[in-house]
Amino acid sequence: MTAPTETATTPAPAKPVTQLGDRIFAGSAKGAGILILVVLAGVAAFLVAQAFPAVVASPAELPGERSLAAYIGPLVFGTVLAAVIALIIATPLAIAVALFITHYAPRRIAQGLAYVVDLLAAVPSIVFGLWGAFTLAPAALGLMTWLHTYLGWLPFFAGPVSVTGRTMLVVGVTLAVMILPIITAVSREVFLQTPKLHEEAALALGATRWEMIRMAVLPFGRSGIISGAMLGLGRALGETMAVAIILSASGAVTFNLISSDNPSTIAGNIALQFPDSTGLAVNTLIASGLVLFVITLLVNALARFIVNRRREFSGAN
Amino acid sequence: MAKAIEARNLNIYYGSFLAVEGVTMSIRPKTVTALIGPSGCGKSTYLRSINRMHEVIPGARVEGSLELDGKDLYAPGVDPVGVRRQIGMVFQRPNPFPTMSIYDNVVAGQRLNNKKMRKDATDELVERSLRGANLWNEVKDRLDKPGSGLSGGQQQRLCIARAIAVQPDVLLMDEPCSALDPISTLAIEDLINELKAEYTIVIVTHNMQQAARVSDFTGFFNIEGTGKPGHLIEMDETKTIFSQPKEKATEDYVSGRFG
Repeated sequence: MTAPTETATTPAPAKPVTQLGDRIFAGSAKGAGILILVVLAGVAAFLVAQAFPAVVASPAELPGERSLAAYIGPLVFGTVLAAVIALIIATPLAIAVALFITHYAPRRIAQGLAYVVDLLAAVPSIVFGLWGAFTLAPAALGLMTWLHTYLGWLPFFAGPVSVTGRTMLVVGVTLAVMILPIITAVSREVFLQTPKLHEEAALALGATRWEMIRMAVLPFGRSGIISGAMLGLGRALGETMAVAIILSASGAVTFNLISSDNPSTIAGNIALQFPDSTGLAVNTLIASGLVLFVITLLVNALARFIVNRRREFSGAN
Repeated sequence: MAKAIEARNLNIYYGSFLAVEGVTMSIRPKTVTALIGPSGCGKSTYLRSINRMHEVIPGARVEGSLELDGKDLYAPGVDPVGVRRQIGMVFQRPNPFPTMSIYDNVVAGQRLNNKKMRKDATDELVERSLRGANLWNEVKDRLDKPGSGLSGGQQQRLCIARAIAVQPDVLLMDEPCSALDPISTLAIEDLINELKAEYTIVIVTHNMQQAARVSDFTGFFNIEGTGKPGHLIEMDETKTIFSQPKEKATEDYVSGRFG
């Protein structure tokens, strides 16, 4: 009889005293966090809703009278191919530049170089596109011919060499230049944060500078390099204008990087097709955008997984 | 193995700043030499100049001579990397490589020497070094775990194991116990006593009881004021320094009247 009343009157645990300023800050920070989720959910909802008509439509109604998968498949292939080429070229270069800036260059040169690399990030992508199409593409013809002559047995350089030079390889190189600054900047920051203690530990064991970098700097910066590369990959996957301007796309699915037969990319294809599209064609393009969204999401998840896998050894503990 | 160190009129500069002036010091093989003195007196700088680690700061250079068993460590053509392979170092704060396992930490120096070792030889080296650092029994079941998961004292002994794994001629210790609790400190001091059977040890310490406990010889460094260079005031057997030093400044310092 008395027991229930007793539990009812048990005082609630005292609320910790908080300052008004703290509460305002906590509230606005929480709000900002929620806003991101809302925006992301909004974008996803838009993509799904707009892509839906294309998903349920019969192949006959779609552009090219092919099934949706047959339409988007080659684009996915082209997107991933271009981004991977860019990443393969840019990542080692960015690591080298970041190491030079942080560990080899005299301070004055390092600062200047860091500034110039940052400046590269400020160049609009359309400028890179024009540069790629009108300067790099003709200039790369010689290299592509050389590759075809001497490495033609590799499927990548099977040829025949494109006469305009507007090939997948040129797109990849242009994208590499575009994502170089972001990977460099992120790598540089983590390399600078390598604890002096660990660098000295390696040097005191009799490590040369390069051995010290391998023992202390690179392992410490590993997760940072991966984050930077994934940021760059994200940009390369979504890059629109440069690809649209440079690439002469035919929609072929091929690993041949130097011929005039090239797969387009999702973003480039949307930019080129969108102005002339109506009705279901627009839904189809948005469906390809949804696929790009999912690819980017997967890439980020993969990066997280790689970074977390060896968390125990990261030095964060 | 253990070698003697002979410094003559050693001046150490950082750029144009003279940090330590005129150090003349003989360190005998298989002894423990403690360097004491107030902060900023140059004892750590002198210690680091012995394996040329002070050169990680751009502009660092020395005048005078510093010899290891008669070989000038600063002769032209001597590679600091080679010097550091002969003269190991243990730092103020334990610094095992966080990305490496305990096992890999111990063999890190050996791998630098690019000697291809058979697996059983490497295993034996790891066990010998960890036993040498009195750490084997505590870590033998978790050699593949990261070194950063150990306690501070264990990490410091891991660093000592890493340093002795390459069988250096000299072991330098820069305040190796200043970040450790008394029990861990005792473990390190016991270890120093065992290690001196094989190595020449030079240790910088702020703790005068520690200097009195572990060392055979003690050098007292002092500085006249900020911006002035540090000097070696006096060096003698430890019991002499602590009971009847020749210099007034030494007596004031070891008796706690200043510093």
